Amino acid sequence: MNFDYSDEQKFLKEEARKFLAAKCGADRVRAVLEGDHAYDAELWREVAAQGWLGAAIPEAHGGLGLGHVELCAIAEELGRACAPIPFASTVYFVAEALMRFGSEAQQAKWLPKIAAGEVIGAFATSEGPGPVGAVKTRVTGGKLTGTKIPVTDGDVADLIVALADDGLYLVERGEGVVAEALSTLDPTRSAAKLTFTDAPAERLGDEGGHTAMQAVFDRAAVLLAFEQLGGADRCLEMAKDYALQRHAFGRVIAGYQAIKHKLADIYVKNEVARSNAYYGAWALNSGAAELPLAAAIARVAASEAFWFAAKENIQTHGGVGFTWEYDCHLFYRRSRQLALVAGAPAEWRERLVGQLETRNAA
Amino acid sequence: MDFEDTPEEAEYRAKARTWLENNVAAHERERFPDPLTRARAWQARKTEAGYACITWPKEWGGGGGTPIQSVIFGQEEAKFPSVQAGYFTIGLGMCVPTVMGFADDATKQRFVRPAVRGDEIWSQLFSEPAGGSDVAAIRTRAVRDGDDWIVNGQKVWTSGAHYSDYGIVLVRTNTEVPKHKGLTMFWIDLKSPGIDIRPIHQMSGKSDFNEVYFSDVRVPDAQRLGPVDGGWKVALFTLMNERLAVGGATGVGPADILKLARELPGSDGPLLHDRAFRERLADWWVLAEGLRNTRMRAITALSRGQTPGPESSIGKIIAANQLQQIGNAAIEAEGQFGIIDDPDLAPMKGAFHDAVMWAPGLRIAGGTDEILKNIIAERVLGLPGEIRTDKDVAFKDLPAGG
Repeated sequence: MNFDYSDEQKFLKEEARKFLAAKCGADRVRAVLEGDHAYDAELWREVAAQGWLGAAIPEAHGGLGLGHVELCAIAEELGRACAPIPFASTVYFVAEALMRFGSEAQQAKWLPKIAAGEVIGAFATSEGPGPVGAVKTRVTGGKLTGTKIPVTDGDVADLIVALADDGLYLVERGEGVVAEALSTLDPTRSAAKLTFTDAPAERLGDEGGHTAMQAVFDRAAVLLAFEQLGGADRCLEMAKDYALQRHAFGRVIAGYQAIKHKLADIYVKNEVARSNAYYGAWALNSGAAELPLAAAIARVAASEAFWFAAKENIQTHGGVGFTWEYDCHLFYRRSRQLALVAGAPAEWRERLVGQLETRNAA
Repeated sequence: MDFEDTPEEAEYRAKARTWLENNVAAHERERFPDPLTRARAWQARKTEAGYACITWPKEWGGGGGTPIQSVIFGQEEAKFPSVQAGYFTIGLGMCVPTVMGFADDATKQRFVRPAVRGDEIWSQLFSEPAGGSDVAAIRTRAVRDGDDWIVNGQKVWTSGAHYSDYGIVLVRTNTEVPKHKGLTMFWIDLKSPGIDIRPIHQMSGKSDFNEVYFSDVRVPDAQRLGPVDGGWKVALFTLMNERLAVGGATGVGPADILKLARELPGSDGPLLHDRAFRERLADWWVLAEGLRNTRMRAITALSRGQTPGPESSIGKIIAANQLQQIGNAAIEAEGQFGIIDDPDLAPMKGAFHDAVMWAPGLRIAGGTDEILKNIIAERVLGLPGEIRTDKDVAFKDLPAGG
């Protein structure tokens, strides 16, 4: 039984934590929150130099060829640091879509550039409120037309994987693509409305639209779960540290059972999320048939854990937790971004039960 | 990140599986007058093959194996429902390890092997009406009389006392000092004169536990485990093993209510098509998988020769609450019919109703939800302990009530 990170993976994770502690403090997150930049370009270059963008990309395509568990370890640390970079869009969605559906030529063209940090990706599926249903975006004669809103990192993406009614397409920024930045709950991650008008598009894989989208979501869900887990762990730490030094009624508030039990509740949810994220990592890394179910389990647990930890962290802080100056809201905002980016928790609960039904029927 | 055995583990598992297939079959061919005799015979069979108390030294009747071997055998044995029985769990999980830790050689020679074989069963007598979560508040008194002690008082929630032979009992030997400092541990013969064992009538109507009354019970000083007034440390040693022994809940789970929901009518088609039900089912499934995968992490630690981390402490909180919620969701889903617990009429022979009536006990046994959260907060997260107003007060001066 080996249901944990290996020693080498733990080492990688520790190194990633040290690196991000040095390069991605709260000041860097705030600089994006309060500034005009869509992401932290310097951090992006440094992360690329570490090779993290290509952790799971094969060496033949310019990556490190490590594996998905290593990528999960990095994701956990990026979540803990609340990193303000387009890592998820580029790596979890676009690189994964290319590795899952791309032709050899498409992979050879794009994966090395992604691994090197030369190309930012975005995954464009939503066209309005509610789950992604009937898609209006169409492709005729290799030209894609439609509107996608919101597209995380759509304003800075060089390569867009867009969902049309008949499948996924690769669209490069430029001809026929107009991006308008959107105001969102989490300004540390940018988002845009993308309008495509006869944009040159190249088919990615031959799966039908929703099947292909869901296959990408399943892979991304596992990786996002690790980011959410890292964020939830950080919230628990913040709440604990604050409660241990804040005095009220003559003693530290960490001694009150109302606070102790609240933090214990966060801990329980985080451990459930961790165990289920590991299960997702196993399924993703081994190519198991259970991936759709494991991804749903990991995502529901992680979304719940991060939301709970982020909101109760603010509550534990009391009034100061509600101020702009304290960092609690950075994680509260990020918990919303990560919970919605690949479809809301309710959609994943539905998908989970759907998987149970098909599994039992089979 | 995988669920694979190491080559050594795989070899051990294969051997265990073969042994189980052969021996369960042989065991099932034998006839026994009652379930206890049947369980004893299976335990003896395991002992001879080194599969009882796998981690204990061979000289004490154990298997001389590793914790991961014990887990592997447990996983394989669990596939054979006909040999599942709980008679020896508390004795071998908590009591006999305490005897091994604190008794003299002659006592260990006399008692350990018969307990491993299942010939003799042990009970744990700690809880009292005045001390449940606060075990150190117990009031059962032992007073020195020559080479003996005279014990008077009452224990509660003693599992299996009615079929047990021996027990370990925590008593108060000094009331002039603070509560933790006046306790002493003894082993006792449950057939001693003056011991009266009565079943507790639980809210469910069943009786799984006992009250044990002590009236001038004479216990030789030679049966003392640890120093006079030094019983608290001995009790902590025993309780370290408790949550492992109580551990996983049995009973209905998400798969059972999924099956039920396929058949039960909802507002529009089967209940399984109901959106609100599906959301709850997903959450139950996530928690059940969370528990299963957390166990896998604990087993991984054992496999690597490490001690499982505090993550295993979350198990009982989740399992007990989940059992209560799933049981209740099922009966509510049955509408007016849900009140019927007749096994001939209720789904799954009333298993959901049993869950509703058993779960309140599981949320209390072996550490209440609240005590477990304190343990997580204090021992895992390092938050301060509770303020104890009784810490420096002699036991006799403590306010007593309820």
